[in-house]
Amino acid sequence: MASVKRRGGHVVATLQAEEAQLLRLLAADLRALLAADEPDSAEPLGSLTDPLQSLTDPLQSLTGVAEEAPKPPTDPALARLLPDGYAEDFPDDGAAAAELRRLTEGDIRAAKNTAADAMLASLPESGGRIRLSEEEATAWAAALNDLRLVLGTRLDVTEETEPFGGRSPDDPAAAPYAIYHWLTGLQDDVINALSY
Amino acid sequence: MTSGGTVAPERTEEVDVSESVDPDRPWVTIVWNDPINLMSYVTYVFCKLFGYSKDKATKLMLDVHQKGRATVSSGSREQMEHDVSRLHAAGLWATLRQD
Repeated sequence: MASVKRRGGHVVATLQAEEAQLLRLLAADLRALLAADEPDSAEPLGSLTDPLQSLTDPLQSLTGVAEEAPKPPTDPALARLLPDGYAEDFPDDGAAAAELRRLTEGDIRAAKNTAADAMLASLPESGGRIRLSEEEATAWAAALNDLRLVLGTRLDVTEETEPFGGRSPDDPAAAPYAIYHWLTGLQDDVINALSY
Repeated sequence: MTSGGTVAPERTEEVDVSESVDPDRPWVTIVWNDPINLMSYVTYVFCKLFGYSKDKATKLMLDVHQKGRATVSSGSREQMEHDVSRLHAAGLWATLRQD
């Protein structure tokens, strides 16, 4: 099983090859989830049909600010990664939430991509003893959190969800719950090894 | 929130979040409880983002966990929008409102 320890100014994670490969797959899935629902990708022909689109897209990629407010994600897992900044009962029919999403969603997606990329870059497929800087371990904590938010939302976990989702450990349907539980332990170990 | 080990019972309370906009009242950032974020991670995020001591961050985390939510910062609307977006980037569930 994975272990995480603090060694001087570094965090040392020890993972089996199977664990490292699983983590890499999950991180790649997270990257794909964040990319698939990018507001830009909704209308791939935009640059051909609207000459202004080709001017505004580079601006958006530079500033992270969208021309129009992106819609809240319909996928519950992505919606959990990118929630509204104003509660539903804020008395303006969603205008402030939409404007805040327009201004900040690009940056939030970028932060999550950066954390997932940093974890992937510091995680060899062969696993083993992985020496992480404080900055890398911080990225691991954030990326592991996003992985748990996605998987936990898909599994509809509660604070009472058992390690195998109340199933027998040999039940194939128990596997995603076991993975979620494993991610939980790994993230907790990484946080406990960070200095703060 | 979850502890990563033992499971603590969840308590919820009815909260009144109705509001009207008054330019003189400060704005606040509220973090809401959720079943996925770890207690250790929430404490860590409060320390890192806001520079709070571990004691203060732990108290706020426990408020989120036990009362369902906690006010973690206050200031101008723009500052609170910035705090909410940083909390979302970290994976916490936060909203802002006028106090």
